[in-house]
Amino acid sequence: MTIRVVLPAHLRTLARVDGELKLDVEGPVTQRSVLDALEASYPMLRGTIRDHVTRERRAFLRFFACEEDLSNESPDAPLPEAVIAGAEPLLVVGAMAGG
Amino acid sequence: MSGVRVLVGTRKGAFVITADGKRDRWDVSGPHFGGWEIYHLKGSPADPNRLYASQSSSWFGQVIQRSRDGGKTWETVGNKFVYEGAPGTHLWYDGTPRPFEFARVWHLEPSLTDPDTVYAGIQDAALFRTRDGGQTWEELPALRTHKSAAVWQPGAGGMCLHTILLDAGHPGRIFVAISAAGVFRSDDDGKTWEPMNRGLRSEQIPDPTAEVGHCVHRIAAHPSRPRVLFMQKHWDVMRSDDAGESWQEVSDNLPSDFGFPIDVHAHEPNTIYVVPIKSDSEHYVPEGKLRVYRSRTGGHEWEPLTKGLPQSHCYVNVLRDAMAVDTLDPCGVYFGTTGGQVYVSPNAGDSWAPIVRDLPSVVSVEVQTLP
Repeated sequence: MTIRVVLPAHLRTLARVDGELKLDVEGPVTQRSVLDALEASYPMLRGTIRDHVTRERRAFLRFFACEEDLSNESPDAPLPEAVIAGAEPLLVVGAMAGG
Repeated sequence: MSGVRVLVGTRKGAFVITADGKRDRWDVSGPHFGGWEIYHLKGSPADPNRLYASQSSSWFGQVIQRSRDGGKTWETVGNKFVYEGAPGTHLWYDGTPRPFEFARVWHLEPSLTDPDTVYAGIQDAALFRTRDGGQTWEELPALRTHKSAAVWQPGAGGMCLHTILLDAGHPGRIFVAISAAGVFRSDDDGKTWEPMNRGLRSEQIPDPTAEVGHCVHRIAAHPSRPRVLFMQKHWDVMRSDDAGESWQEVSDNLPSDFGFPIDVHAHEPNTIYVVPIKSDSEHYVPEGKLRVYRSRTGGHEWEPLTKGLPQSHCYVNVLRDAMAVDTLDPCGVYFGTTGGQVYVSPNAGDSWAPIVRDLPSVVSVEVQTLP
């Protein structure tokens, strides 16, 4: 499957990419498998979206898709069909907070 | 002609600023890593073009950057800082146990001899080291597992290991300082540690002369005289003549003995610099006057250095890692403020000029003297 991912600006800069990413994901398309594929392609992103050890989402990041907040879904739950089909991207979003 | 490269870490990026040996015309490069907090960046004494930077963000965590060309280009290296074994606990602000948890790298101290070896001081307080140019980091766990660690408590900025001094004349000797635990010394490259806080007195803790618990803000030493240490504590400027075994107060005629940075003249081991701050709750300079104080007697007798610095309506702070000296003659002294100014004195403090006036709030300043 080719999955579309949109990163926040600071992570695009860190990964040296412009715009939307396209990732090949084998097997079930879940938050975990997409993030695994993302970190495999862009190792500089390891630790910036989820913790190195616990693999939990960093507190000030959210995962959105299809106008839904998926942040508190199980990391092994299937992503929406539209994301799996490539019609919609998975959005990694920085929380609205000061600074 | 030789020159200098000033490495400035700010709340919103890093700046690399260069000049020739006259130090009066500056070329400013940056912001690098714009929008990220750069707690510290520093060059290797063994290879001045090798730089390391600590880049962090509340959103995205910790990143370590490395440059091989003096800051023109950068590459990300390893950012995995995992405590070895069980993290253990320290005391939280309310006095309850709290597990050690990695927050950020406060300070990077490259080895004196190997550009691939760097020590990192982190929050929550621990010492890490890389030997492969930053690709992987290993903890030197004996410090965090010291018998006193369970009662270490954070200062207002977090429980950070912010100062690392390496002793060129005594291989294996490392000094570190932790807020708010104090100074520790290892004589075996981090395998064992001893607190070095005898003589410190802190009224803010139940036992003012406790072995640990002191909010040491910064320590400094001259490379030629590493047994003599100078300290800016939360309150009090201190001096040790026996490699930290004991400390004596040398604040004397300072307008305030609260402050953050302290540094030593490159060629005069008894000449030291501090920037007094009004108080622990008023983190700005006294009387609206930005004054560096210099002692040419290793403490006790201090003179204000004001020429070229604002002497009215100035309410900035200078943070602990935001002062540095070059090794030119005369010695250059540099510091950065929370108001975004970086000042230089090309004559050991006699007069000052701004290098830049309007950066983001400055967290750290280092300087490299280039051939």
